[in-house]
Amino acid sequence: MAYDLIVIGTGPGGYVCAIRAAQLGLKTAVVEKNATFGGTCLNVGCIPSKAMLHASELYEEAEDSFGKMGIKVGTPSMDLPALHKYRLANVDANVKGVAFLFKKNKIDTFQGVGRIAAPGKVEVKGADGKTQVLDTKNIVIATGSDVARLNGIDIDEKRVVSSTGALELPSVPKKLLIVGAGIIGLELGSVWRRLGAEVTIVEFLDHILPGIDSEVANQFHRMLLKQGLAFKLSSKVTAVDKSGKTLKVRVEPAAGGAAETLEAEVVLVAIGRVPYTEGLGLEALGVKKDNRGRVIVDPHYKTNVEGIYAIGDVIAGPMLAHKGEEEGVAAAEIMAGHAGHVNYDVIPNVVYTSPEIASVGKTEEELKAAGVVYQVGKFPFSANARARANLATEGFVKILADAKTDRVLGVHILGPDAETMIAEAAMAMEFGASSEDIARTCHAHPTLSEAMKEAALAVDKRAINF
Amino acid sequence: MAEIRVPTLGESVTEATIGKWFKKPGDAVAVDEPLVELETDKVTIEVPAPAAGVLSDIAAKDGDTVAVGAVLGQIKEGAAGATKAAAAPAAKAPPPAAKPATTPAPAPAAKTPDGPLAPSVQRLQTESGISAATVPGSGKDGRVSKGDMLAAIERAAAQPTPVAATAAAVQVRAPSPPDDAAREERVRMTRLRQTIARRLKDAQNTAAMLTTFNEVDMSHVMALRTQYRDLFEKKHGVKLGFMGFFVRASVQALKEIPAVNAEIDGTDIIYKNYYHIGIAVGTERGLVVPVVHDCDKKSLAEIEKSITEFGRRARDGELKIEDMQGGTFTITNGGIYGSLMSTPILNAPQSGILGMHKIQDRPMAVAGKIEIRPMMYLALSYDHRLVDGREAVTFLVRVKESLEEPARLVLDL
Repeated sequence: MAYDLIVIGTGPGGYVCAIRAAQLGLKTAVVEKNATFGGTCLNVGCIPSKAMLHASELYEEAEDSFGKMGIKVGTPSMDLPALHKYRLANVDANVKGVAFLFKKNKIDTFQGVGRIAAPGKVEVKGADGKTQVLDTKNIVIATGSDVARLNGIDIDEKRVVSSTGALELPSVPKKLLIVGAGIIGLELGSVWRRLGAEVTIVEFLDHILPGIDSEVANQFHRMLLKQGLAFKLSSKVTAVDKSGKTLKVRVEPAAGGAAETLEAEVVLVAIGRVPYTEGLGLEALGVKKDNRGRVIVDPHYKTNVEGIYAIGDVIAGPMLAHKGEEEGVAAAEIMAGHAGHVNYDVIPNVVYTSPEIASVGKTEEELKAAGVVYQVGKFPFSANARARANLATEGFVKILADAKTDRVLGVHILGPDAETMIAEAAMAMEFGASSEDIARTCHAHPTLSEAMKEAALAVDKRAINF
Repeated sequence: MAEIRVPTLGESVTEATIGKWFKKPGDAVAVDEPLVELETDKVTIEVPAPAAGVLSDIAAKDGDTVAVGAVLGQIKEGAAGATKAAAAPAAKAPPPAAKPATTPAPAPAAKTPDGPLAPSVQRLQTESGISAATVPGSGKDGRVSKGDMLAAIERAAAQPTPVAATAAAVQVRAPSPPDDAAREERVRMTRLRQTIARRLKDAQNTAAMLTTFNEVDMSHVMALRTQYRDLFEKKHGVKLGFMGFFVRASVQALKEIPAVNAEIDGTDIIYKNYYHIGIAVGTERGLVVPVVHDCDKKSLAEIEKSITEFGRRARDGELKIEDMQGGTFTITNGGIYGSLMSTPILNAPQSGILGMHKIQDRPMAVAGKIEIRPMMYLALSYDHRLVDGREAVTFLVRVKESLEEPARLVLDL
């Protein structure tokens, strides 16, 4: 029997694509090489890291803030094996949820490594070594991404770990050295710092969080220093000596110069991720990739080979689960003859640290580079009543709006619950709203979201509470 | 006093020419009675009286160019006409000032989605008096944004009404010898003809336009038509023509070659996953292109019905602006005038136009023998900026195949 669509990979891009396709009446199947569905995000990425972040944040709050509010719990302690159990239970519930959704939508599932033998033919090699060939009209490559590695540094997932191993450390390392001050490094660094590790982050660039609005990144950098994280900026890790009981990490200035040696119990390599297309047989098919190994697609997510599409981390664009999901939906709709579309100008981005960072649209740097004249409206959480009640007054909301049309071009939040608040900004931008539109929309009191309204008022220099 | 104003004339129409006043100052008028005819780029419309009373003043005379919203004249409400006192019974007259200055237009308002306006747009509408419904929206699904309103307000401020005579068109023709001059006739181009001229030239200047040809053996479609003509007409109440087949064949080919159904917008390409096919119709006043919407979802009979209805309305001058908007691809049939081959000009901003031609019996080599077949040349003019040669040729081949084997249309091949 031939399928209308086979999706290779069941991460957030792949499984959402499959479900949308099934909803639209396409006979759909998925191929997954791992034992569980959900890909990196559900198994070793977004989901388990959020469990660790949430638990460690509450742990720290119990230590620091409870007393201020009159809650007496004694000195809290962390049972790490129990934390891991909670994390795994969380993962388990989510991946089972995906399996249930496949069943509900009558999507056939094949466990094994998928290879595109030819357009319209997917070969699945199971764990038992047996292969079967499936016929299909269309194929979507949703194989996601893998950890980027550093030359000459072997990731053993015990002492030198990637984000995957960093979630599973059996004990809190005394000294944790992290390579890369991007989102993953800062999130996992925050987790282990709160659980008691001494954390040093080595970053090649001269600032943390590349791509994030620099005012936000700079202010957040100061907050992290206050929290006790140490940074070595403009530096690179060139070697890790595993011979001794502690790791000896060779750190050199990025511009060249004298090297120094830092000791660490665990090294986390978090320098980014690379598209994962191994074993798909793309070379034999002639599917074109760019110089960074990303599959090249047209605006309809079609590769240069008829009947083969690609979405998510394997193609260009930010490596975000929700970006892959949107593309999965759009690709399914296009294949079913509908008008699928992703608005790449409005894709929110969240850093799940404490406080959180969330943004959508353009940064000030991007607007300046493009020569756009804009107005800034900023409102600090220290002037927000709800933030004060929550003892979480660090940070601000910043709205960037076109100076002439007042259209919202970018929103940047550093502060409590930024992940939730950014949705309002994304909705406004999707509909081309002006800052005045946000300012004239009633916001409940007292809420953190009032900071968004006040920032919108501040664009017109008429914030009420600041 | 009630002002008579130029109503909203539809998307991209900003001005009109006064065709003819039906009433003179001093005439009594009833509410909604046609007062004046306006010619626009696309259609001719009548402006009805906003209130009953006496036409007291005419501000723009026949032949004047006026902008949307400009004052055309005044009606003294409720006043008895000098000539026909009973024409406007007072009981029927609406209360003064009940009607807004802009009269409800027979033409559609600019395409705005239903639902409330953005708060900033509401404020600007109230403060400026410019209705958001008249402003082209740039937001999601055509919504009007604050920026759109600000631009419209700026435009309105910069543009005095009525529009300064755009008719100051350059006339550079050298005078003819007096002998010949006496035998020449100078006729002002109608708005429609001017628009046709401008749009055709714009299309040529903008697109990288070229034409590819093919030919189609019409014997199968003709046989099908002969066989089912009576049955079809009996069931659907419409004649089974050729155009329906061409529309269906085109839609099928457009689905396969989406670039032909796309358009260029700045540095983007907009692919349209809907199929609104324009059918060029010649009328006495010039060429018009009514659009049959969603042809992929319509049956052959529905398409034929739409085309027949449009043809009738085009002849009777009853086509509305919205009938001619939104096309994604156009079909033109020069064959009805006997053309054997032509290179149609694109209907900008569309990227493809299919030219049909006269069906003529010609000797063809079929399976090694010469047979007489009813043949038609097909032409596809396309915008090479976004349609590749391979795509254009494939498109035309698909159209040809579908017509030579109409079964393909049924089987979606």
